[in-house]
Amino acid sequence: MESIINRINQQKFWSFHGGVHPPEQKTLTNQKPIKPLSLPEQLIIPLQQHIGRQGDLLVQVGDHVLKGQPLTKSTNPMAVPVHAPTSGTITAIKHSVIAHPSGLSELCIFLNVDHQDTWVERTPCNDVATLTNQEIVKKIADAGISGMGGAGFPTHIKVDTKPDINFLIINAAECEPYITADDLLMCEHSESIVDGIKILNKLLNPAFILIGIEDNKPKAIEALKKATAGIEKIHVCVVPTEYPAGGEKQLIQILTGKEIKSGTLPIKEGIIMQNVATCYAISEAILHDTPLIQRVVTVTGQALEKPQNVWALLGTPVHYLLSQCGFDNQGMEKTPVIMGGPMMGFSLPTDTVPVIKTTNCILAPSYKEMPSAFEGNSAEVECIRCGQCADVCPTNLLPQELQWSAKAKDYPQLNKLNLSDCIDCGACAYVCPSHIPLVQYYRIAKAEIRQQQQQELKAEKAKARFEARKQRLEKEKRARELKHKKAAEARKAAMNKATPEATEAKSAVAAALARVKAKKAANQKSPSSSAISAPVETTENQDNKKAQVAAAIARAKAKKQAKPAPEIDAKENAKVEPSNTDSKKAKIAAAVAKAKAKKSQEKAPIQGQEQNQEQTDSLSLADKKANAIAKAKAKALAKKQASSNNDSSTASDLTIASTAESEPAIDEKDAKKAAVIAKAKAKALAKKNKESNTDNKVSEKNTVNVEPRKVQNTSETSTINDTNNISDKDAKKAAIIAKAKAKALAKKKLATQSVSEEKTMHEQEKGAK
Amino acid sequence: MTDYLLLLVATVLVNNFVLVQFLGLCPFMGVSSRTETAIGMSFATIFVMTVASLLSYLVTTYLLVPLNIEYLTTMSFILVIAVVVQFTEMVVHKTSASLYRLLGIFLPLITTNCAVLGVALLNLRSHHNFFESIIYGFGASVGFSLVLVMFSAMREKLANADVPTPFKGAAIAMITAGLMSLAFMGFTGLVKL
Amino acid sequence: MTLLIAILVFGLIAALFGALLGYASIRFKVDADPIVEQIDAILPQTQCGQCGYPGCKPYAQAVADGEAINKCAPGGEDTIKKIADLMGVEAEPLDESHEKDNRPKVAFIIEEDCIGCTKCIQACPVDAILGAAKQMHTIIADECTGCDLCVAPCPVDCIEMRVVPETTQNWLWDLNSIPVQQID
Repeated sequence: MESIINRINQQKFWSFHGGVHPPEQKTLTNQKPIKPLSLPEQLIIPLQQHIGRQGDLLVQVGDHVLKGQPLTKSTNPMAVPVHAPTSGTITAIKHSVIAHPSGLSELCIFLNVDHQDTWVERTPCNDVATLTNQEIVKKIADAGISGMGGAGFPTHIKVDTKPDINFLIINAAECEPYITADDLLMCEHSESIVDGIKILNKLLNPAFILIGIEDNKPKAIEALKKATAGIEKIHVCVVPTEYPAGGEKQLIQILTGKEIKSGTLPIKEGIIMQNVATCYAISEAILHDTPLIQRVVTVTGQALEKPQNVWALLGTPVHYLLSQCGFDNQGMEKTPVIMGGPMMGFSLPTDTVPVIKTTNCILAPSYKEMPSAFEGNSAEVECIRCGQCADVCPTNLLPQELQWSAKAKDYPQLNKLNLSDCIDCGACAYVCPSHIPLVQYYRIAKAEIRQQQQQELKAEKAKARFEARKQRLEKEKRARELKHKKAAEARKAAMNKATPEATEAKSAVAAALARVKAKKAANQKSPSSSAISAPVETTENQDNKKAQVAAAIARAKAKKQAKPAPEIDAKENAKVEPSNTDSKKAKIAAAVAKAKAKKSQEKAPIQGQEQNQEQTDSLSLADKKANAIAKAKAKALAKKQASSNNDSSTASDLTIASTAESEPAIDEKDAKKAAVIAKAKAKALAKKNKESNTDNKVSEKNTVNVEPRKVQNTSETSTINDTNNISDKDAKKAAIIAKAKAKALAKKKLATQSVSEEKTMHEQEKGAK
Repeated sequence: MTDYLLLLVATVLVNNFVLVQFLGLCPFMGVSSRTETAIGMSFATIFVMTVASLLSYLVTTYLLVPLNIEYLTTMSFILVIAVVVQFTEMVVHKTSASLYRLLGIFLPLITTNCAVLGVALLNLRSHHNFFESIIYGFGASVGFSLVLVMFSAMREKLANADVPTPFKGAAIAMITAGLMSLAFMGFTGLVKL
Repeated sequence: MTLLIAILVFGLIAALFGALLGYASIRFKVDADPIVEQIDAILPQTQCGQCGYPGCKPYAQAVADGEAINKCAPGGEDTIKKIADLMGVEAEPLDESHEKDNRPKVAFIIEEDCIGCTKCIQACPVDAILGAAKQMHTIIADECTGCDLCVAPCPVDCIEMRVVPETTQNWLWDLNSIPVQQID
């Protein structure tokens, strides 16, 4: 430590490996003072302008907000709030293109400026010594301050009191060409910056404070030296101009000679770094209770008449800044505008992108200045293995090797070559004689590697859950088996005693077995019946089980074969059925009918192709339309009927819905009609037989499937409320039968009350088509 | 002592079995696509060659020569080599199943590696004594491993590089091996044996 | 005579070596085949069954026994390549019987239509559906592997597969223009 301080005092610094010296181009903007801008018409404020999560919204559309009013609240340490940069009305909160190279949209608040610029109430603090560290950190968090040097890490996490800080380093290097925002901020507001540094000193209590600044900013150096004249702890360190001396790890290496190990943070070495603009923001927040609502942005480039630094409100669209600085797009259609500097910036997809907390520069180059930004084709050629890239890499990596592995997508090799240490500075791409966009390849590779790691994590979790589920099922199975065994033993013991209860149980068991046998017999008989004959058969047969089975099979047959069934039958049967008194059931039935219609529609196109190729297209269009209409109708009507208790119209609407769905396609219509017949029949029979036999397993299952919520139970449904679990196959059958039941009930009611009504409705449908 | 050292240098570099005497090319081309497999293979070969040359010497000196059945040399050598390879295979399977999978068919193919049989026969021809035989076998395998590992490293780089399509794969590998061979010609005359 | 001696000597050597190898085979016996574990580690663990096996572990076992390696649809080309490297076989393109659209999807229950039947819960291989009988069901999106097994059992057809949206977090850096070039 001593040696470090000695060398610092002597201004003898270290250096980092590599580095380039691109032309600085700072004279475009560093001669003029920072210009405060007039208010734009609209501000677009993204909810997330930092690394971490976005906060929760505190405002809604239509709210009038004051300048400095918080718009989001942070419930998570990694969330930083955003504030209204000026007073106005919120007109929209929606997705809009943000300042990210992907051009993707994220949630933004659209604020229409009322030009009053009324502040929210502020309480400035005169003496920082009266505040505790916790209070200061909270104020920093509430002011929405995140790192303004480009990364945007939430500041309150970084400056939360930690033990044993050796160095607090203030990054005033600003190594990238064209950018002079920090330079001018230091020239004009060095006092405030030093106030901010003093606050940080109070929070972190470092052994030494170093301000790292490049030697191409003489005025700023003067200003800083004057402002820190009385404070011994702060050393202004002037380092030679080089790109990228302003990178965190590079500046640490220059000033202290320490190399931060790969994958670790500077805090491990007891070093914390903050940008000068962040220090300024901290002093504004603590001393003047002003949240982070504006920042200095360098608007530069030879395509502008008046390139200069401006005080830009956060959320100002880039086109406003450009127009304020006299943007001339030189008659070209696609003039590129770059957010950030020439080395690390990205071109903007549209000029409505807003300024955010990490925007330090808007660069509008002219064609002569930067021809490559205008050309669509890349000038990339093969790598000539010159090795210049490795010479300039500040992190001591091997860009050439990285490039081969990145192009070959060899991710294990990339990890071995420490791709994760690349800081995306662009020095390697700058010197490449073959114009290979190296940083682009690295970014793609990094994104892929990150995604792979996430997928591996996900796979691990999924595997663990799968294993856990298997175990749970095993456990349940064993428990069930044990229970069965115990019950069986108990029954055996009971039966062997020959008591009256035992004999009764025996006979009950015998009866049950007989029933099962009968069911099996019925199953074997009915597979041969067709859809048409099924109703006839079952009307004759009074046996409960046979009817259910036949109905189910009939339904299945109808679906599979799609044979044309006489329409007359359908109508007749529909009239006979009772209608449903329960509106909820109707809604469910409608939904199920919709699902059925969708399912059968998927099967229909195949049949259509077989029969009539030409008509299929027009038919399917009509299908879709009619289906959509029918679905919407069914939904809307079902909802309507839920409030009003008009049973008959519910039923009729259902009928319309179901018939409308089946009408569009000739093939489908018949198929559905057949299905409807079968369902209706089944329902009727099930209902009839239910009354004669209390042991109706079908209706029991029906309740489980069709009654998810507790609704008013009619007399009909009350008998259905016994629940018993049966096997899955039967359940499926029963479920579908039950749906049919509900629908048929509806039809029945309609039929008994208004037969003619249905007819007219039917005709209306046809007429509408 | 110096003789043994010179013998070692000669076998590893000057008369390198792969690049100068062109023996053992099959595993050289087959296993060298990845460096991990190459290193695993080289360890296996070192063990096999050293033990095989030792055992062959013993079999020749104490069994074949006294009983005047030198005509069984080739057969007995192959027997010895096959047994040693089988033993090695079992050890590798037990200790590192992944290496066993990676090497795959090439592990039992060490039996047919002409370098191993070549070492045994050349030992015989040069009338080496016990220690010389061991060193000769060890040197040969070290030379083989050295070249194998270097070649695999180069092939890994070649896999990612922009090789013209007609040369991709085995073609560029052969050319590289030829160039390496040319390079090893620089050792000629280093040691006069 | 020499012939007899030769045969005897040879037989002796062979017997000796045979004994040695026999001993070695017992001493160095390998019990389980960890290759199955390694293959299973490569598979994506969606437990979807698209390969024809009830889960990823059974498919890993099958691959170890010689099954084709190109059956895993969620794994894609990447997985096939890795298994090919591990098994030392040729990497084949993905089996044609799988769907073309392989973007990652997550299931979503349309809650207005859900009837609380628990059929999808029983179908999900990783228990990513929250719900109970007669209660609303919902998909836990973070746990959903997009295996598609819940869509079929739903009696009211209320589950649909939605493509995972592209955000700045999972954007994969399409080659657009990043201006890094000479400034004169």
